[in-house]
This record gives sequence, structure tokens and C-alpha cells, in this order.
Amino acid sequence: MKKIYPTAAAALDGLLFDGMLIASGGFGLCGIPELLIAAIRDAGTKGLTIASNNAGVDGFGLGQLLETRQVKKMISSYVGENAEFMRQYLSGELELEFNPQGTLAERLRAGGAGIPGFYTATGVGTVIADGKEHHDFNGKTYILETGIIADLAIVKAWKADPSGNLVFRKTARNFNPPAATSGKICVVEVEEIVPLGALDPDSIHLPGIYVHRIVQGQHEKRIENRTTRKKEA
Amino acid sequence: MWDRNQMAERAGRELQDGWYVNLGIGIPTLVANYIPEGVNVTLQSENGMLGMGPFPFEGEEDPDLINAGKQTITELPQTAYFDSAQSFAMIRGGKIAMAILGAMEVAENGDLANWMIPGKLVKGMGGAMDLVAGVGRVVVVMDHTSKHGESKVLKACTLPLTGKAVVNRIISNLGVLDVVPGGLKIVEVAEGVTEAELRAATEGTIVD
Repeated sequence: MKKIYPTAAAALDGLLFDGMLIASGGFGLCGIPELLIAAIRDAGTKGLTIASNNAGVDGFGLGQLLETRQVKKMISSYVGENAEFMRQYLSGELELEFNPQGTLAERLRAGGAGIPGFYTATGVGTVIADGKEHHDFNGKTYILETGIIADLAIVKAWKADPSGNLVFRKTARNFNPPAATSGKICVVEVEEIVPLGALDPDSIHLPGIYVHRIVQGQHEKRIENRTTRKKEA
Repeated sequence: MWDRNQMAERAGRELQDGWYVNLGIGIPTLVANYIPEGVNVTLQSENGMLGMGPFPFEGEEDPDLINAGKQTITELPQTAYFDSAQSFAMIRGGKIAMAILGAMEVAENGDLANWMIPGKLVKGMGGAMDLVAGVGRVVVVMDHTSKHGESKVLKACTLPLTGKAVVNRIISNLGVLDVVPGGLKIVEVAEGVTEAELRAATEGTIVD
């Protein structure tokens, strides 16, 4: 089976439908599947629920799908960088489910690992625990959180081989592996596709079993918060 | 009274050799500048990194290398990268010895509120709820009172909680307080502050 597709639009062909749940990798603008997001915008798919740690910024990343009103609901831990997001949320056009960051990561991991729910101490005694099952283990209270199985996972990696084995780069790995595994189908965009055998089998971050389609392309890789120090003279 | 840097320096003295530590955004980030001589700590960034290095020199920024505040950073010889699920597995699993983070309010029982003000713009809790529920020790660095002079060290938090009974120590501009059975215990008073002033600025019960 051939996993490599020529464009992001081709890689998503036949996978998109209105009202679907998409899990997206990325943290801030780092390691986001920017080509696939743009292709979903161009496809015009509507009523999306998107599980993603953040919601991009105005005009870039998932912010593009907010501008076109394609998103019905976000499942995120932090959305502070996006004015259009806030406008739609405060006006009631957009639903928002806040998940603690680690709970979101584990919900994606668990969903992909066949674990429908797990107990965590995160959020006990807060609004996050409202309406959730509580259970004590060894004298400590935990709440039940559920795994997420997404209709589609969209992921950014550094390198792939034709079998879909992936290598990520530095902190651009972030939510990409757990998002990938949560998808019934996972589409990955990479900076480079290398020949079979070029990746060290001991150094593969995500094995190709989780990866169904791959597209290679040019990435803008925008920096959200450029911070530097002065060179000492 | 301590300024931001003096609070960060005081918080730096909480660090112990060999610890893995997570520093929050704001004053806690400054603590990295005040790690005492001879104390070797590894800083965790919850977006998937252990061994966080300083900011890069101009022109050496890498879009694939950021901290949890989305700032460009650098790596160190001992750096390791991992995904977000593993990052929070080590947080939830108690492998991180200490988190230093900011607060809007702390209560005498260790309740912490630092993520939302009802009626105001809510940005989200990020990893704060996971950190306070999971790490070995939670140290809060904060101003003791609001701009209007109201105590932020309270009998009970008024804002929605980030975690219940999670704070171990408060380092404020006025001094250092520990959360102990029955209330708060004064550990240290900042230079230029009297114990009476610290008590007056604290709504929560102080126990001796």
C-alpha cells in the first residue's frame, strides 16, 4: 500500500466530512500540521470539533479554520493567543471544552491505546471534576477521564520513510504522537521523506502502523514568541 | 520588601541538587537565573523537554525549540525530548520534584487559584492543574496583596481553583509562609518588612 501523496489536499481526499472530530498535533505554533490545516480550510469542511492543545493565532494554524467558521468546538488547554477565537467564544458561536494539558495528552494517548477511560488526580476539587466519576485509590481521590478516538488525526513530523515511520525534531514532537495514535486515520505532513532503510530502526519516534498517509511540503514554521539574549562582547 | 528578582532569588534557594524542576511563566521563569552554586537541577518544559537551556543568541532561534511559554530556547548536553503524553506522565507520576508557579490566590489549606477570573477573558489552565496535582512539592511565588492592598493569602479562595490543598510553600514580596496543619506558618520575613506587617497583609490563619 502506498502511503505517500503528492499534496495535502490529495492526502485528505475522501477523509473529510462535516461534523467530524479531528485531533491535531502541535504546541502553540510549534510542530503544527500547517499544510493540512490549510487544506482543510480550502476543503471547506464544517462543524468541526478539534482536539488540539492550542487554537493557533489569528490567520495562522487553526486560527485559519476559525476565521472561516469551520470549527464548532475546540478541546484545548490554552487558547490565549487568538483574538478571533475569543470573539467567537464570547459571542457563543464557538464551544470550548477546557482540558488540563496532561489530561488532554493522556486522553489522546489512551484513545489510541484502546483504553476508554483512566483515573487522574488532575483537576480534583476544581470545575474540571464537575459531573465526573470520583474514585479513591489508596486514600487519594481521582476522577475518571475518557479516551479520545478521533475520526482523523493531522500531524506534523520532521522525517518519514515510505512505510510511515516518523522522526520528530526537538520540541516540535509535543502533541503529535498522541494525536496520531488517537486517529482512526492519521495523515502526516513532513519536511522530508527519506528512503526505506535511511531511518535507524532504534531511533524511530512513531512507528508507521499509526500512519496512513504522508505528504511532504514546505513549512513556514512561524515563531510565536522570539526571545533571544545578547552575545557578550 | 522583595522585588521580582529577590523573590526569584529566594525561590532559587528552594532548589536541591539533582532535582528535576518545572518553572511556571512570569517570576518563576526568573528562578533559572538564581540557581545556587553547586546545585545542579534539570529544568522540565512541559511541552516535551528536560534540560532546558538559556534563550538563543539573535539569529540562532529555532522554531522547533520552544518552552511552555512559546519562547525560543536552547538545549544543553543533557537535554532529552519526548512527547506531551510522556511529559505529563512524568509530572503526574511524581517524578518532578518541584514546581514553582505564580498564583492569583492561595488559601490557608493550600488551595491554589491561578487560572481564571469569572467574567474575564479565560485563556485556559494549560498544564497548571496537572503540575500541582502531580509534582512532589508546589512552591508559589506571588505578590502578597492586590494592587488595592487586599490580601491574596486567604482563609478560602474566592476564584475557581487550580488545585485543592496542593501548595506547600508561599514566597511573596513580604516573606515566606508554609502551609501546615491548621493554617500558615511564617518561615521568613522579607528585608524591610516587619512580622506585624506580614501578619496584617495575610487574611489566612497564621499558626505559631
